[in-house]
Amino acid sequence: MNTATTTQGSHDSRGHDSSEHDSGEHHDQNAHDHKPKGIMRWILTTNHKDIGTLYLCFSFLMFLIGGAMAMIIRAELYQPGLQIVEPNFFNQMTTVHGLIMVFGAVMPAFTGLANWMIPMMIGAPDMALPRMNNWSFWILPMAFAILLSSLFMEGGGPNFGWTFYAPLSTTYSPPSTALFVFAIHIMGISSILGAINVVVTIINMRAPGMTYMKMPLFVWTWLITAFLLIAVMPVLAATVTMVLTDKFFGTSFFAAAGGGDPVLFQHIFWFFGHPEVYIMILPSFGIVSAIIPTFSRKKLFGYSSMVYATASIAILSFTVWAHHMFTTGMPVAAELFFMYCTMLISVPTGVKVFNWVATMWRGSLTFETPMLFAIAFIILFTIGGFSGLMLAITPADFQYHDTYFVVAHFHYVLVTGAIFSIMAAAYYWLPKWTGNMYDERLGKIHFWASLISVNVLFFPMHFLGLAGMPRRVPDYALQFADFNQLVSIGGFAFGLSQLIFLVVVVKCARGGEKAPAKPWEGAEGLEWDMPSPAPYHSHTTPPVIK
Amino acid sequence: MHKKIIIGAASILLSLSAAAEIETPSKYNLTQGVTDTSQQVYDLHMIILYICIVIGIVVFGAMFYSIINHRKSKGAVAAQFHESTKVEIIWTVIPFVILIAMAIPATSVLIDMEDSSKSDITIKITGSQWKWHYQYFDHDFGFYSLLTTPQQQIQNYSHSTNIEPKGENYLLEVDRELVLPIGKKIRFLITADDVIHSWWVPAFAVKQDANPGFINEAWTRINEPGIYRGQCAELCGKDHGFMPIVVRVLEQKDYDIWLQQQLQQVASAKKAAEQALASTLTMAESMTLGEQVYLTRCAACHQVNGAGIPGAFPALKGSAIALGDITKHIDIVANGKPASAMQAFSKQLTAKELAAVVTYERNAWGNDTGDVVQVTNVNLTEAK
Ligand code: HEM
Ligand SMILES: [Cu+2]
Ligand SMILES: [Cu+2]
Repeated sequence: MNTATTTQGSHDSRGHDSSEHDSGEHHDQNAHDHKPKGIMRWILTTNHKDIGTLYLCFSFLMFLIGGAMAMIIRAELYQPGLQIVEPNFFNQMTTVHGLIMVFGAVMPAFTGLANWMIPMMIGAPDMALPRMNNWSFWILPMAFAILLSSLFMEGGGPNFGWTFYAPLSTTYSPPSTALFVFAIHIMGISSILGAINVVVTIINMRAPGMTYMKMPLFVWTWLITAFLLIAVMPVLAATVTMVLTDKFFGTSFFAAAGGGDPVLFQHIFWFFGHPEVYIMILPSFGIVSAIIPTFSRKKLFGYSSMVYATASIAILSFTVWAHHMFTTGMPVAAELFFMYCTMLISVPTGVKVFNWVATMWRGSLTFETPMLFAIAFIILFTIGGFSGLMLAITPADFQYHDTYFVVAHFHYVLVTGAIFSIMAAAYYWLPKWTGNMYDERLGKIHFWASLISVNVLFFPMHFLGLAGMPRRVPDYALQFADFNQLVSIGGFAFGLSQLIFLVVVVKCARGGEKAPAKPWEGAEGLEWDMPSPAPYHSHTTPPVIK
Repeated sequence: MHKKIIIGAASILLSLSAAAEIETPSKYNLTQGVTDTSQQVYDLHMIILYICIVIGIVVFGAMFYSIINHRKSKGAVAAQFHESTKVEIIWTVIPFVILIAMAIPATSVLIDMEDSSKSDITIKITGSQWKWHYQYFDHDFGFYSLLTTPQQQIQNYSHSTNIEPKGENYLLEVDRELVLPIGKKIRFLITADDVIHSWWVPAFAVKQDANPGFINEAWTRINEPGIYRGQCAELCGKDHGFMPIVVRVLEQKDYDIWLQQQLQQVASAKKAAEQALASTLTMAESMTLGEQVYLTRCAACHQVNGAGIPGAFPALKGSAIALGDITKHIDIVANGKPASAMQAFSKQLTAKELAAVVTYERNAWGNDTGDVVQVTNVNLTEAK
């Protein structure tokens, strides 16, 4: 709070043109940016940009580790038979791959973007709770160190799927489950702290005149996401705690023998789990709603309807959880309720897609890398939405459930959805972050390589699922062999393509063509009024909102 | 990108026409199956797929029109229009109406699928790590159904020449199939002994979770005789990928013959068990039978070499139980260990098999106790 309020009060000039300007004149101890050098700068930092950078780098590291596990999975599935890993290790790979991608790659990337962009977008000098901000980041590497170390324990790491259904995760799980539970707790605390910071920042630190309905959509979607996080992360914490006590302390929440019910586990998990999938997509909607207008040189078609659509998706996301559980033997009435609600949720999702297309319509389009990723996002996320709609039809879901069709669905929404939007955001804001333009040619190569390989990777999974291949199996019947080979080839190609991204980012951080304050002709928003790279402290005096 | 979509759409359409012609399950599309229900499910699947394709063509079409024609490089100047309540209402209401139209048939199919009343035959299906058990409720007999694909095929052993290559039904073959008649309403009662499994036969459009401690219901009425294959669909541990389901569906008269044979076999097995009680097992005989049983039932966890998997499944080689008190050893094999992956095998093996496998464990891998367990020992321990 210190940094924020004192800096805000200490300046009377408005507007900053250069970063040198920023370091020159300071009256308050807390307001200077004479940061410690070397590693201590990063460990002690309370600066929203440093913390944002930490989150983003950490997320990319996790993306690579989780990706390496995916490569192991795809290598094993390249041919029928068991070639390189044994089934128990295979299960550990699918489990930890899922956990790392969800909690280590996608969620921290969004928090990183929130840290970097929200203060700049709403005209605030920093996040509202900078010290807490430091903690919410630094406990995260510890959580993942614990999770990854459990793989080396006797008996192996978690092997019960990222959804850790009981009693596979209780009575029948390896002893390292205790570490898994602890790691999830820490990740949850990190998310909750991050979310509280976002909420407090947005509610209290908007510049004068920045009314709610003037906030950029990225800020809106993150505000709603943060409320979702605060609502459901404690539910996840409760779930893992019950797993812990069932396994180690003799309770029977999920064991029929003691009066519990394994299906109860699934209800509680998915009450967290479904809002969680929206936590992983709402910020993407915000990103795409910033990029599409910029490169269409045209205002977003329906700003307010986008806000309302996001809010309705968030509310509805609490009423659909059991669509993951249609085969558990629910009463028909419940199945009907969850089928209708799930179908309903695709209406506001559709509204968003229509809005983006209407924004592009009769615009003046150019296709820089962020725009390419944003367009690919719209198309491929929509394909994921279509398969979601198919999965919502309960009788059909009996056939699709727990097959590769579901795997295809959630990778379309998460990889070509969430991850593509994160890539788009990185390219879009890299000039602002580093002060340099990224290499556009390499960026385009990264895009096309990713686009082609990701579809070779995930599209055939639809066919595999429809033809009857179950998910989470280390080996398969011969009729699935050729598609699996194709999928694996796509997987390796997609994995390698991401190294291009690493090169682009490192090159851009090191130097390159100097970026102007506003490198994109059609861009709007307060972040573009600041110089590039953005000064260490954002708006030290509140900007004027038109 | 454009091309991808076209190829994608084309291959979907292609596969649809292909599926219409051939009876064997399509490689690209959902099976139509062999029940009225599976046909209805297939129809729902196709309707919703076509709806998605049409919406996709409209939305992506508009988008690509923009991408091609409204480029800055072509001199396009951005229009200024935005915000229109009318348009927003239109594109909220139209999808809503489409969805209601979709929900109506889905609802009626679902209600029908969940009505398992007035059934002719009841089969109780129990999943356990990693096999299925089928109990013919009306005739009071049942059996286990295990994967028969040899480990050598799964592990790709190619050096030994006497191993057959992976066959057509690799991973989808079992020792004893579930046998059902056509035309009867068959009710399944589905449950599990340990973790959650899920019984799935695509051709019947039946997928129902097997929850330990609870019983789920499902039903089917099959129209065509034949052999139908499926797999466990819920992650259930290490060998989740290795617990297939095979159903042989017969004409009623063939089914009746099969049923008679089964009942006779059950009767003669009972007699054999009584005789076994009186006979004495030799070491050699016990070791051969014991090894067979061990490889099919025990090796998945305790491993072929008896070394187990540290931290997950205990070793038997040199273990205190395998070298210690015989009654304790028999007890844990027969009755299992509560709250662990060690099942009670007395339900799954005959007394003779039980005795043999215990003998095997006490004498294999250098566990040279020299003990030969007799059927009578087993019966005494079990009774306790
Ligand atoms: C139109 C919107 C959507 C609908 C109607 C929808 C519907 C569904 C349904 C019914 C399932 C359960 C399938 C099954 O297990 O049988 C499912 C699974 C899943 N969906 Fe979606 N979905 C939608 C959008 C999304 C989005 C936006 C995300 C994430 C960004 C997402 C992520 C997932 C994940 C991760 C799973 C699988 C979880 C697991 O079992 O491991 N979905 N979806
Ligand atoms: Cu969901
Ligand atoms: Cu199973």
